[in-house]
Amino acid sequence: MEGIADLLHGFGVVLSWTNFVYMLIGIMLGVIIGVLPGLGGANGIAILLPLTFSMPPTSAIILLSCIYWGALFGGAITSILFNIPGEPWSVATTFDGHPMAQKGQAGEALTAAFTSSFVGALFAVIVITLAAPLVAKFALQFGPAEKFSVFFLAFCSFVGMGKEPPSKTVAAMMLGFALAAVGTDTVTGGLRLTFGSTELLSGFDFLVAVIGLFGIGEILLTMEEGLSFKGKATGINPTVVWQTWKMLPRYWMTSLRSCVIGCWMGITPAGATPASFMSYGIAKRSSKDGEKFGTGEIEGVVAPETAAHAAGTSALLPMLALGVPGSPTAAVLLGGLLIWGLQPGPLLFVEQKDFVWGLIASMYLGNIVGLVIVLTMVPVFAAILRVPFAIVAPIILVICAIGAYTVHNNTFDVIMMLVFGVAGYFLKKCNYPLAPMVLAIVLGDKAEEAFRQSLLLSGGKVTVFWSSPLVSAIMALGLIALFWGGISKGLNRVFARRRAAPL
Amino acid sequence: MSDPSKAPGSPGPGQRIVEMGVALFILALGALAMIGSLRVGIGWGAEGPKSGFFPFWVGLIVVLASARNFWRAIAISPARLFAEWGQIAQVRKVVIPMAIYVALVPFFGIYVASALLIAGFMRWLGRYGWLLTLAVAILLPILIYVTFEDWFLVPLPKGPLEDWLGL
Repeated sequence: MEGIADLLHGFGVVLSWTNFVYMLIGIMLGVIIGVLPGLGGANGIAILLPLTFSMPPTSAIILLSCIYWGALFGGAITSILFNIPGEPWSVATTFDGHPMAQKGQAGEALTAAFTSSFVGALFAVIVITLAAPLVAKFALQFGPAEKFSVFFLAFCSFVGMGKEPPSKTVAAMMLGFALAAVGTDTVTGGLRLTFGSTELLSGFDFLVAVIGLFGIGEILLTMEEGLSFKGKATGINPTVVWQTWKMLPRYWMTSLRSCVIGCWMGITPAGATPASFMSYGIAKRSSKDGEKFGTGEIEGVVAPETAAHAAGTSALLPMLALGVPGSPTAAVLLGGLLIWGLQPGPLLFVEQKDFVWGLIASMYLGNIVGLVIVLTMVPVFAAILRVPFAIVAPIILVICAIGAYTVHNNTFDVIMMLVFGVAGYFLKKCNYPLAPMVLAIVLGDKAEEAFRQSLLLSGGKVTVFWSSPLVSAIMALGLIALFWGGISKGLNRVFARRRAAPL
Repeated sequence: MSDPSKAPGSPGPGQRIVEMGVALFILALGALAMIGSLRVGIGWGAEGPKSGFFPFWVGLIVVLASARNFWRAIAISPARLFAEWGQIAQVRKVVIPMAIYVALVPFFGIYVASALLIAGFMRWLGRYGWLLTLAVAILLPILIYVTFEDWFLVPLPKGPLEDWLGL
């Protein structure tokens, strides 16, 4: 078993003192980031990324990925105690989590949420451990056409699977590609779309876009809603934790189903948010206590939290194995790999074993450490939310500005951050999805490169994307994903007719 | 949000007009991408597809999708609110100080500008006393200075105050 040996080697890498300290710092920072409005996994990592430029890549990815796990945990705290989802994927957790807190079962709800998060993440990490090396080995044979078809599939999934109208997803996504194209053409080295502006020579940096869209945009939305944080008290202690743990095995079926939904939605880049909603919906339909959902059922906390974490974690699989991130946060991490001088994609598993297996091992350890930290320190994190918004908001704005500045040591980026922030506010309010836009800004150059290389090899024939069974199959999957909205509607109609006929 | 209030004096901007504006704005950006691409060439050159080839088609898709979004936006009920005026005012309370802040950073450095932003927020929005306001507004930039310049060795933009202090 080569995989087990690699994994053990990875644990050896992680279990150095410095890396373990980075892991602790990462989790703590991550939970705080997940709790605070305006700071989430994606832009929290984007802000801290420039600070890791000088660190060894393995330590840097451990720090940043642990921030991600921490943020995933942190979202549950605000959802349950304050009825405010700290992250979009914890919206579904508020449905039953907050009613439980109102009934005085905050401790039970939190324990259930954290434990299910842990289970979901663990399931996804096991999937990554087993599947990622195989996917990477397979992807090693990919030429430019295959690479482009994978990008095509990823972006089509957003259009078909997203809950936003397809035309809005397409507009947001393609706008991202257009923004990515500004500046130097990576293939020829020539300039384009700068319109004579010297500031645009280096193009739009995705880190600045992420900090603006997710950070500033989120603050503006929070201001508009005029939130006052009135939280429920936490009563979490070892007895409550133990009592809840004894109850949880009863929901193993819900848990398992949510794990599978989460992993599936995370790998195909639908993301953690739809995964949590879908898992909640299915649990509600199939549970015998389904009609009590929404009034504080523990099962209604287990389902979305498991799925969100499974999705958030498994989003790293395609990022590592194919170089195609499954979520905005994974996209930021992928950007980090490029900055540290690592080439994401299948070769990573051959050339950077320390890095890949160190990261995978840190997923196991990070989630165990994370579970312990959140279970023991909830009151501390909840106290952060009680700091009034008038103090927290300017501090977050300043942190975002510093983050944007440090990307290129350029004050123009701070201006761009504000522009992206205001744009993010309007796009969000008009129901445009931001995730595909960010992914397009990150992947734009790579997708274009693969596209142009394929055309170059074929002498300009578009049929290159249908030239082999593999490419054709991935492209066909992409087209199915693209038109999934229409296809599923059609299938429903067919099934409905068939069901209606015999009656 | 969607309750059709017929009260005189609208309670806020309509979702319809905002969505139409956003669609047009994105459409304009798409058109801009197409124009820029045409300038560098969208055809086939010595090195394969020219620089403008990919962004041109991307821009075209943006324009087409935005046209569809604009068409859909027209169908939105005029009664649906984008936000109430009070909410817009709340958002303005962040955007305006932030715009001033961003404009100040190149001239006064990030530390002085941050101190002003925090102080302004706490006094204006939070109505805190001067003592607490000044304490947070002065201590936080110092903390940032120590963290970034001393610990991470990342220089942040500085202005006349830092020059005067000889930092």
